[in-house]
Amino acid sequence: MRWPLPLILGAGLTLFFVAAAALSFVWVPHAITDLSIGDKLQPSSASYPLGTDHFGRDLLSMLMVGARTSIAVAVVAVGIGIAGGVPLGLAAAAHRGSLLDEVIMRGNDLIFAFPSLVIAILITAVLGPSALNAILAIGIFNIPVFARVARGGALSLWTLDFILAARVAGKGTARISAEHILPNIANLLIVQGTIQFSLGILAEAGLSYVGLGAQPPTASWGRMLADAQTMIYSAPRLAILPGLAIVLMVLGLNLMGDGLRDLLDPRVRRARS
Amino acid sequence: MLRFAATRLLSLTLSLVAASLVIFTVIQVVPGDPASFMLGMNAQPETVAALREDLGLNAPLSARYLDWVGGMLSGDFGRSYTYRVPVAELIRDRLWVSLPLAVYALILSTVIAFPVGLIAAARRGKPADFTIMGATQLGIAVPNFWFAMLLVLFFAVNLRWFSAGGFPGWEAGLLPALKALTLPAVALALPQASILARVMRSALIETLGQDYIRTARAKGLNRRQALIRHALRNALIPVLTIIGLQFSFLLAGAIIIENVFYLPGLGRLIFQGITQRDLIVVESVVMLLVFAVIVVTFLVDIAYAVVDPRLRHRR
Repeated sequence: MRWPLPLILGAGLTLFFVAAAALSFVWVPHAITDLSIGDKLQPSSASYPLGTDHFGRDLLSMLMVGARTSIAVAVVAVGIGIAGGVPLGLAAAAHRGSLLDEVIMRGNDLIFAFPSLVIAILITAVLGPSALNAILAIGIFNIPVFARVARGGALSLWTLDFILAARVAGKGTARISAEHILPNIANLLIVQGTIQFSLGILAEAGLSYVGLGAQPPTASWGRMLADAQTMIYSAPRLAILPGLAIVLMVLGLNLMGDGLRDLLDPRVRRARS
Repeated sequence: MLRFAATRLLSLTLSLVAASLVIFTVIQVVPGDPASFMLGMNAQPETVAALREDLGLNAPLSARYLDWVGGMLSGDFGRSYTYRVPVAELIRDRLWVSLPLAVYALILSTVIAFPVGLIAAARRGKPADFTIMGATQLGIAVPNFWFAMLLVLFFAVNLRWFSAGGFPGWEAGLLPALKALTLPAVALALPQASILARVMRSALIETLGQDYIRTARAKGLNRRQALIRHALRNALIPVLTIIGLQFSFLLAGAIIIENVFYLPGLGRLIFQGITQRDLIVVESVVMLLVFAVIVVTFLVDIAYAVVDPRLRHRR
């Protein structure tokens, strides 16, 4: 099987940022808590490859730690969505048409109808701005997404013969869902997970930009953009680089999602060949 | 059709009730005591007690909820604690910035996306299609507030064509006001146009594979005629849905963009409310935005059923 080009490109970009984030745990060029006002707003040099910001912090180090923040927030938010949504979706599909199914799906419709950004802002406003509350706010909106994908994928599987065989063997609905349905919808969940991951990165950047996400001294791409805005005349570099990081990371994830769908979804594969 | 509309209306009402309950709970219950939350840590107990009285917090929760909802239904959104004016007045002023901005952006997004999606579908698999798909992929990945900053950098700082922010008000005349909204609208529209163009393309490609297109071609229409006369009409259903959803997205997305451009719209009102801990303002504006989103979604649903009778019987 040939790997689609978008998948290679996307996975490459994603790995690049994940590696930068991982590296930032053990090494950054300059600690981001190092404020050297004397070196503020330096252009790029041997010591500061991408220059420094208005506090004299090294931009490259900030970007690396920012990658860590973005990825951590998005990964946990996707985790919340999968942990909460998949069991709901599986339960709804297993008891199709029941009151449970109805309640789960209507509840999901309701969350879908909410403008997520507004509610995320509301949550972080009342609970206080922090990376943790941003995760919570983004994660809640991932739950219905995964519930819907899991339910949709599971519904078509429940009609198949091998599920019937499992029932004849005396397995209960919960066990069938876990042992037979879940592995067969894993590819759908992976593709959706990649998409939600990229949306999570964008959401985190937006919340941090308006000051409701990660708080200083934690570096975050959105926060860096907010700081750079007042200096857009004097130091446009500070406004351009963090944004570029967001775009490349999101682009990488989207391409990877598209590529994975092509690779994992047999229907798309057949249509292409 | 009537039955369809009735069930949709019922679910609309339920959604609104549920939404108001959620917002009420988050604002009135989560911070503990809203009065002490609004006044901060160092408030005098007497001041807190006075504000509690003023906000009617001594009444039971259910009575406060009904009071709030009843007030909104009659156009009374309460009184802003910091501005000392009715919230309805604040909202009315701000709406005249946010609503035109969202409509402006929606028009831009549609005007850009239609021809782009059409060209991509007509030239499927050709370099033009490839370029458009690449560009829209990039457009989706760009955060709109960052794009807004780039627009400011380029058009306001370097070229000096536009001001970097602010709003002269509609009293200053239509053109200056529209000019002030142009960069924000473009920033909002670009990612939406990218999504819409992709939806347009795939909807067109799907309809182009239908039998009636083959029939139309067999009748002697060329590819372009078949595309414009038959495929376009039928591809509009998914496109209309996305446009409907985008409106609410634009209204909500404007929250951040308004902050980039210092526009005195609903978004800035929310943030001012948050920083000043004016929960009355935050509560009402959030409810209003959620209301707008839910109602627009409902209208799109109804519009569909009018356009496509098959949908009336499907769930």
